[in-house]
Amino acid sequence: MIKLHARLEKRLDAEPFVARVARGRGGGRGDLREVQFVDGQDEPSPGYGGYLLAEGLEEGPWAARPDAWPIPEALGHLSDGDVVRISPRSGELWVMYRRGSTSNSMLLTERCNSYCVMCSQPPRDVADDHLVRSYLEAIPLMSRETNELGITGGEPTLLGDRLLEIIRKCRDHLPETSLHMLSNGRMFNYLSLSREVAEIGHPDLMIGVPLYSDLPHRHDFVVQADGAFDQTIRGLMNLARCGVSVEIRVVLHRQTVERLPQLARFIARNLPFADHVALMGLEMMGFVRMNLEPLWIDPADYRPQLTGAVEHLHRRGMNVSIYNHQLCVLDRGLWPFARKSISDWKNEYVDECVACAARDHCGGFFASSSLRRSSRIRPLTPDMIPPESATSPTLSATP
Amino acid sequence: MPTALPVLNDRFRPVERFAARPGRDYTLLPMRLISLDAGRHVLTNFAGEYVVLPKETTRRLVRHELDTASDVFEELLSRHFVSVGGSDAALDLLAVKYRTKQSLLAEFTSLFMFVVSLRCDHSCPYCQVSRQSLDRHAYDMKPDVADRAVDFMFRSPSRALKVEFQGGESLLNFPLIRRIVERVESRNLAEGRDVQFVIATNLAPLTDEMLDYCRVHEIVISTSLDGPRELHNQNRPRPGGDSHKLAVRGIRRVREALGHDSVAALMTTTAASLAQPREIVDEYVRQGFSCVFLRPLSPYGFAVKTGLARKYAADEWLEFYRAALGYIIELNLAGTPFREEYSSLILRKMLTPFPTGYVDLQSPAGLGIAGLIFNYDGDVYASDEARMLAETGDRKFRLGNLAVDSFEDVMTSDALIDVLSETMTEGVPMCVDCGFQPYCGSDPVYHHATQGDVVGFKPTSDFCRRNMGVMRHLVRLLEDDERAASVLETWI
Ligand code: SF4
Ligand code: SF4
Repeated sequence: MIKLHARLEKRLDAEPFVARVARGRGGGRGDLREVQFVDGQDEPSPGYGGYLLAEGLEEGPWAARPDAWPIPEALGHLSDGDVVRISPRSGELWVMYRRGSTSNSMLLTERCNSYCVMCSQPPRDVADDHLVRSYLEAIPLMSRETNELGITGGEPTLLGDRLLEIIRKCRDHLPETSLHMLSNGRMFNYLSLSREVAEIGHPDLMIGVPLYSDLPHRHDFVVQADGAFDQTIRGLMNLARCGVSVEIRVVLHRQTVERLPQLARFIARNLPFADHVALMGLEMMGFVRMNLEPLWIDPADYRPQLTGAVEHLHRRGMNVSIYNHQLCVLDRGLWPFARKSISDWKNEYVDECVACAARDHCGGFFASSSLRRSSRIRPLTPDMIPPESATSPTLSATP
Repeated sequence: MPTALPVLNDRFRPVERFAARPGRDYTLLPMRLISLDAGRHVLTNFAGEYVVLPKETTRRLVRHELDTASDVFEELLSRHFVSVGGSDAALDLLAVKYRTKQSLLAEFTSLFMFVVSLRCDHSCPYCQVSRQSLDRHAYDMKPDVADRAVDFMFRSPSRALKVEFQGGESLLNFPLIRRIVERVESRNLAEGRDVQFVIATNLAPLTDEMLDYCRVHEIVISTSLDGPRELHNQNRPRPGGDSHKLAVRGIRRVREALGHDSVAALMTTTAASLAQPREIVDEYVRQGFSCVFLRPLSPYGFAVKTGLARKYAADEWLEFYRAALGYIIELNLAGTPFREEYSSLILRKMLTPFPTGYVDLQSPAGLGIAGLIFNYDGDVYASDEARMLAETGDRKFRLGNLAVDSFEDVMTSDALIDVLSETMTEGVPMCVDCGFQPYCGSDPVYHHATQGDVVGFKPTSDFCRRNMGVMRHLVRLLEDDERAASVLETWI
């Protein structure tokens, strides 16, 4: 697992700042908004806003400079083009963006108006305005070649105008980057907010909104908020009406799988305008740890519901994907829908996977799944792997 | 019932404590019902979702006596047959679904049929319109009429325009087809509509030059295939004989020149067809088609009136339909994917939120507002059947003539508007309460021709009897026959 936070020496006289990492020959532009990564191979050169000294250089002549920090070995992964925030007074370095990663996302606030029973990032009612400020500085430093960038929380819509500012900044500085925002959708119940987001005219924005049940009270229960179902449904309709792409996300656990086929039917009937439906495995983080027994269900035990839901949606022309599931717990017919979705700094494999012929196609596990994972993980043999031609979704009438 | 045990950490509220949870009472949302069989009802909501309930359960439902903690109540809540105090998103969703279901209305007329000639080389007994004539000009569409028809068509706001050439035998006037195609194409350079051309033909007069032209202009072909050779030839006599052979050879040539899927076939169920459901399906499979449309014979045209074709009862057709459908389902289960199109249309209405463009199952009727037909002489009719009816002397559905009437005149004529508004199934006797209303339609031409009234008396209408039969059969298959349902689900 890649470390995104590290401690540095404290420097009480310097302000926090956001900077792009320059590393290696030809790296960076030698600009004050950059910090140079100095290791044994390259000489530090003047003109940067700061210097990060790799292990072994902490005794050298540069170490004495106020704008140079020895960094721990765990930050050796820092690459040219990454964006970091350095807080000298508290002695913290935070890797905000990794140029080589396919799953960069911006956590804009920890506050939330829901309190989902399985939240992997439990909300905290804290003053975290610095997050938006930092990202507003970081976005212009990110590579224009970034394929995809996420916005998460907490609930980003609680930021109101500052969220709009972030989206605008992405539109202006990263016009070729898909922007994917996770939101509970409740604030889009206000048509005005949906309109404002639409009017920014971001070229490639999609909003992923969770829906946990076809029955209002069951959805409200999962997100622990009265009236949330109605708000989310109206939010989805408002977004669609304003022409904003939406994705529906369903986290699968014991409280949601039982009615999964009914939920699939509900989505196909009522929300056919959704651009994508993601059916997602449970990440054993946050509140899941405190609600483990009422939430945990072995994915191998909900195969019929999952297969039924995917078939139903697929036949009705909906674009559907399965996230965070190991191939060996899915019915064969569902493999073409499974995506390798676990963020690169979170995924792992287990002993069984060593001998598995499907490893390259399989997304593996969240690191957090050491807490609990399917009891039916089995390595697959080569004859069980479908030929390349089977990569596009096809389901037979009688699976 | 979903179980919440073992319990959540106590900082979370259990499901019982949420306000949207059904209390003891509930509100009924708009719904209709119809008996499925002795013990069950089919209930449909406003937007075309259905549930099948034991009759006793329906009674408890409408008396507000249903247990709101039961599974069946949750189904009704999920599908918007009822709503409960704590949540009213159902109403918004129903509104959006209803709008989706009716969305084709906003598109307006998209199908335009051009009768380029009434002449024909065949003499099918059930054909209402064709003429054997030496005087080629008497029954061919004139170029100035064709030009006006094209201008008329572009008055429709529809983004998609389908131009279908009809006859008689349309290919007997190929020069006019070319004129129309080219005029449409040149106008469309500026209009940018999604235009599609179809030639309906028996394929007998097809030449290689015509095929070349079709390839260049991306024209697809629709032809007739009534079944195996003997049946087809019996239905479609032709001087010189063997219409079947010409059709099969034509289909092959079209596929070679234009691609496998550029030819579709239509069948007409005659009295002779009724005994041969399997043979007809087998012939379609043998000729490489992936579907068949089991179309009943129009029972009011020329042929029936003159006694040349035997009329048959709706129940006879239904028996034929069920046998053919059963056979098709077996074929699918044995590994040959093949669809029956009439069923597919209705299944799409039952199982998806989307409408179908099929003209005969619309309310308001598809007359004029889904499709229009330009006769060779410039008369504008509300549908192909309306034109056929006119050939037997009844010009009730003639909406005007291109020489004197504009698009606006025709589309706002009383002859059209009165019929559309009077016959909407949402409000006519029997349909108003019918559980199949969301899937059905009004067929004013049919009812006028058979019962002398555009609304029609549904208890004795074969149109109604046939559709009820098809819909009951499909619901039963979906509910009671898992194997059949697994096939039907793939046809949407
Ligand atoms: S054994 Fe491991 S790599 Fe193979 S499918 Fe299962 S989880 Fe994936
Ligand atoms: S025509 Fe018959 S089946 Fe159709 S809606 Fe009317 S009553 Fe029902």
